[in-house]
Order: sequence, then structure tokens, then C-alpha cells
Amino acid sequence: MTDKKNILHMDQITMQFGGVVAVNGLTLDVNEHEIVALIGPNGAGKTTAFNCVTGIYQPTYGSVSFQGEVILADTPQGKMRRLYAGDVTPASLTPVHKTPDQVTKLGIARTFQNIRLFGNLTVFDNVLIAKHMRAKQNVFSATLRLNHKEEQRMRDESMELLQMQGLAHLKDEIASSLPYGLQRRLEIARALATNPSLLLLDEPAAGMNPQETQELTDFIRQIRDDYHLTIFMIEHHMDLVMQISDRIYVLDFGKLIAQGVPDEIQNNPKVIEAYLGVSDNVDD
Amino acid sequence: MKNITKSKNNLYSLGALVLLLGFLAFLQSDTAGYSYQISILERSAIYAVVAVSMNLLTGFTGLFSLGQAGFMAIGAYIVAIFTIPVEARASVYYVSGISPVLANIQLPIPVALLLGGLASAALAALIGIPVLRLKSDYLAIATLGFSEIIRAFIAAPMFDTITNGSYGLKNIPGFSSIFTVFGLAALCIVLMVLLIHSSYGRAFKAIREDEIAAQSMGLNLFRYKELSFVISSFFTGVGGGMLAMFMRSIDSKTFQVSLTYDILLIVVLGGIGSVTGSVLGAFLVTSGRELLRFFDDPLVIGGVSIPLFRSGFRMVIFSILLMVVVLFYRRGIMGDKEFSWDGLFGLIRRLPDRLKKRKTSSAAPGEGGLKQ
Ligand SMILES: Nc1ncnc2c1ncn2[C@@H]1O[C@H](COP(=O)(O)OP(=O)(O)OP(=O)(O)O)[C@@H](O)[C@H]1O
Ligand SMILES: [Mg+2]
Repeated sequence: MTDKKNILHMDQITMQFGGVVAVNGLTLDVNEHEIVALIGPNGAGKTTAFNCVTGIYQPTYGSVSFQGEVILADTPQGKMRRLYAGDVTPASLTPVHKTPDQVTKLGIARTFQNIRLFGNLTVFDNVLIAKHMRAKQNVFSATLRLNHKEEQRMRDESMELLQMQGLAHLKDEIASSLPYGLQRRLEIARALATNPSLLLLDEPAAGMNPQETQELTDFIRQIRDDYHLTIFMIEHHMDLVMQISDRIYVLDFGKLIAQGVPDEIQNNPKVIEAYLGVSDNVDD
Repeated sequence: MKNITKSKNNLYSLGALVLLLGFLAFLQSDTAGYSYQISILERSAIYAVVAVSMNLLTGFTGLFSLGQAGFMAIGAYIVAIFTIPVEARASVYYVSGISPVLANIQLPIPVALLLGGLASAALAALIGIPVLRLKSDYLAIATLGFSEIIRAFIAAPMFDTITNGSYGLKNIPGFSSIFTVFGLAALCIVLMVLLIHSSYGRAFKAIREDEIAAQSMGLNLFRYKELSFVISSFFTGVGGGMLAMFMRSIDSKTFQVSLTYDILLIVVLGGIGSVTGSVLGAFLVTSGRELLRFFDDPLVIGGVSIPLFRSGFRMVIFSILLMVVVLFYRRGIMGDKEFSWDGLFGLIRRLPDRLKKRKTSSAAPGEGGLKQ
């Protein structure tokens, strides 16, 4: 595994909100073409970790590199210097802060735990919007329709993607009117439309029944191969995680408590304890 | 089949356009006789431009600005200052004289309108940098403040040689005909519609729908919010310039907050997110305002003067109307839909059914009463 090309490297990422340390000194790697899962009980800090990769949050301490380039880095400053409560002693880092749109342009796409589609727009427009950021046009050429070749290319690519995803027949439907499962599919399609090399999925199987979950498992493998992706996902459905993941990281109270291949994780006493300890609260 | 209805609808649109042009030509044939009607229609067309530009920002980008009066003032004063004929300027600036820098510059009207729009756009860009980068929620307050500051500047004595202070500017060249006003308004609105339906319009809508998702689609929030705000303010400025030409004389009071409220009412009434709604709203509100004008005049019934009826009371009625719309009819006339012939014919077809239903449902209790 280690000889594979590194895609994502999180180094001692700490994210603190006021006094709450949501992610505490998290270090992890995702390598090319892998499917890596991040698991942990509710409130463990998984989504927060994702938000630190995509630039929605600027980490309090630590750095994130994508394909060898540092995209986010920071060290506690100002008031946070006094408040800082992470385990890692902060070293001085040159702050780097790519905004979420820059991160997307570099090739990281994501889906959200609570689906975030453009609800009042059509399925087609939801996908088409992803093409805007790389289109060669400006506001004048677009308004005066001098960009019609570029516009046509964007439309063709979006249509092709919808066809591949089996959503073409729904292209004129309003996104929010789709059933839940299809909304999740559309959100993945929309993420793929940004031409990512790394795809982050935040609980893609949430709310799905066992059969749908099984279909999703195949689907994730399929898109990884079709689009040459690396996949990093958060998931609660253990069957799916164990079946699909090359490696698993386990987070509890913001800290990494275990990492390894599925077999190692399944039998790790710390992991079992973390899950049993909160099993009453797990809603499914 | 689809093509047939499409070409049919195009035919209807063409017919409506010809009718409109015919009607305007009819009015134009006797400008003196129809001056009242013409002035209402011209004002409506100008307000439609400003309302659509507000809708571009609010309905399509999800940003809320209350600076319409301020941006219109900028456009209006620039058009006025640069188009009042040089020989008339001594009589316009009769109190403090005109600044020697400006005294002899006279620009063609299209250039002045463009300049007015660009100046508004530039100021919007300056306001947008701090506000839209951090807290877009404050845009309404910031622009409302800006609007009042602009008015204070215009009226300030130290700018007398530019704005003629509280005396205002007059002798502004007017429009040659109603066609010029409608043509210019149509050009502005068509440009905005083209923008809304372009790739950039989709980006604006994505931001309106969900900022975080829009970012994750590679859209820089600040850049697109700023763009939308600047373009909206450009057309608001052009609309202000047109208003100056329409009114022929302006002063700082022309651009009070009530002007912004008028535009706001148009947008809300027409439907936030509907361009045709804004256009419809502009004509309805402007002509409706004429009907409401008697609220501003002192009313005497049987020798007793009704205390509420005085200048400004119309504003109260307007605020109440706005509240009623917001409370009970939130989506306005058009909602976020656009006008279409199919929609109109569908409505006409359903109308008899609806009326019938209403009749039977109101008749039902009566029947029940008979049986008892
Ligand atoms: N913006 C924020 N401000 C303050 N606290 C936050 C913020 N975001 C997350 N937290 C806190 O950080 C902790 C981790 O939240 P996070 O959403 O990352 O958990 P999670 O592992 O994704 O949980 P779940 O499985 O329920 O999705 C929680 O205690 C949460 O309250
Ligand atoms: Mg989560």
C-alpha cells in the first residue's frame, strides 16, 4: 500500500470551536485509487475532519496536503493561542488557506451528510453548474451568447454524465422533488461533474435499506474504476465499510483510536468499546 | 407537436408586440392629449428596469440590497450634469455657479447613461468588497446607509457647484418619444434576462440555493456575489439616469428611501425571482400609485378634514400593502415563474371552473339551511 502515490495527507489536524476540540491531532493518508473509510460514533468529529479538507473550516492547527501540495495549514493565533486545548504541541506553520472553491478546482469533490442539492433547480442544471468553473468564458461573452460552443460542450458533458449515471430521464425534474435515494445519486453525479481525482462521501448510505446499501457498494466501486477516483468516505453501515474499504480510520472524541485493514478494525477491542459505549445512542 | 406550439407561442408574442407598438404609436400621435397616460407608462418602464435589476440581485442571487434610490441618484445626477445644455447651465446653477471643470463638458445622452451606470457599478464594487466578503446579511443595512449618505452629499452646500445642492438640477434633456424610453428599458431588461439564463445566471442561482454547495462546485462566493451586485447596480444607475431624463428636473428629495420602497413593492408584488413579474409589477404599482394619489391630498368630508389624509399618507398605505403581500400572498403575482402563453391560456381555461367551484362552495351552507 505504502508504495502507492499519496493523494491526501492530513497532518496533526486539530479543529477547535471555542473550547470544544472536535478533531484532535488527526494524521491520516489516502493513496491513489484506494477506498478509505473514516468511521466513529456520532459526534466523533468525522464531518468536521472533512470540512477541514475542503476548506470550509480553517484548521486550528495542522496541515492538509493534496497530491503533495499544502492546501491548508495553520497554527493557533491570537485568542486561540491561549484557548488551544489540542494534544499536539503546535509548531509554527506558515498559514495556507485555500477556499472551498479553490479546493474543488484542484480536484477534490464531496457530498454532504445532509444532502445539499440546488433544490429549486432541475437535475440537469444541478450537474451543469459544476461545469461553470472550468469554462472558458466571461460574463460578457456568456450574456451575449458568444460562448455558445463552450456552453454546448458543458451541456453535452453534463448530459453524458447523467446518461452514465442513469439519471438522464429525470433531467428536467426539480431536484428537491426526487425521492431521497435519487437525491443522493444526483449529489454524487454533481460531484463527479467537477472532474475530481479525490471524492469525499459523507455517509452516502444514510437512510438506505440493506438492498440499496448493497447497490451503493457496487456503485462506489464502479465509479472509482470508471472515473479513476480515489475515495475517502464517512459511513455508519458497517457491512458496507467492511466490504468496500481498503483501509479504515476510527475516530472517537476527535482522536484517532485505530487504523488498519477491515479485519484488524473488526477485532480491535478499542473500536468495539468505542462503539459499544455509545451503542444506545446510535440511531440505526 | 412541441415545435408547433412553440411557433404558435412565438406568433402570439409577435402579435402582442405589434399591439403594444401600435398602442404606443397611438399615444405618440397626440403627446399633448395623452401626456398623463404617457408619463405613467414611461415611469413604469423605467421602474421596470430598476425592479428587474433588484430582482437579479434578490431573486436570483439571494442578496438583499436597499440601495436602489442611492444608485439611481448617482446615475441621475451624472446624466443630468453631463447632458444639461452648456448654454442653459448658467440659469440652472444660478446660485453658486458651476464648477469650471464641468462647465463645458457635454456628453451625448447614451454616453452619459453608460457613465451613470458605470459610476453606480464602481461604487457598488467598493461597498461590496467589505460587506460581501464577510457578512452578506448586512448588505441591506449598508446600502440603505449608503443611499442616505449619497443624498446628504448631493444636498451638501460644498458640492453646490456640482449638484446645485438643494436647488436641484433642471433643464435635463428629455426623451424624444415614448419609443426611446420603451426601447432602452427593453434593451436593459433583455440584457439582464440573457445574463440570468447564461452560465453566470446559473452560478448566481446556485449561490441563492445553497452557498456551501455552490462553493463545493468551485464557485467563489465573493466573486459572484460582487459580480451580481455590480451588474445590478449598473442597471439601477442606468434606470436612475433614465428617470432624470423622464423628470427633466431632479433634486435630492427625488431619491428618498420611499423610492427604494416603491421598487421593493414592485419586486415583491410581481414575485421575487420572476422577471415578467417585476415588469408587470412596475406597471401595476405605478398606475396604482396614481389611483392612490388621493390619499396624499387633504380630504374634507362634510366640512371635517380627515386628519390622516395628507402628504405622505400614501406611504403608509404602501407599507400596509407590502405587509399584506408579504403576509398573505408571499409569492407575489408570478411567484418565481415566468409569464408564458400556455400558462395564461391554462389560467383562462380554468377560470370558469374555479368560479363555479367558488359559487357551489359558498352556496353549500345555504342549501344545508334549507333542508333543516
Ligand atoms: N461549527 C461548529 N461549531 C461548534 N461546534 C461544532 C461545529 N461543527 C461541529 N461541532 C462539534 O464538533 C463535534 C463533532 O461534530 P461532527 O459533525 O464532526 O461529528 P460527526 O463525527 O460527523 O458525527 P455524525 O456521525 O453525527 O455525523 C460535535 O460535538 C459538534 O457539536
Ligand atoms: Mg457527520
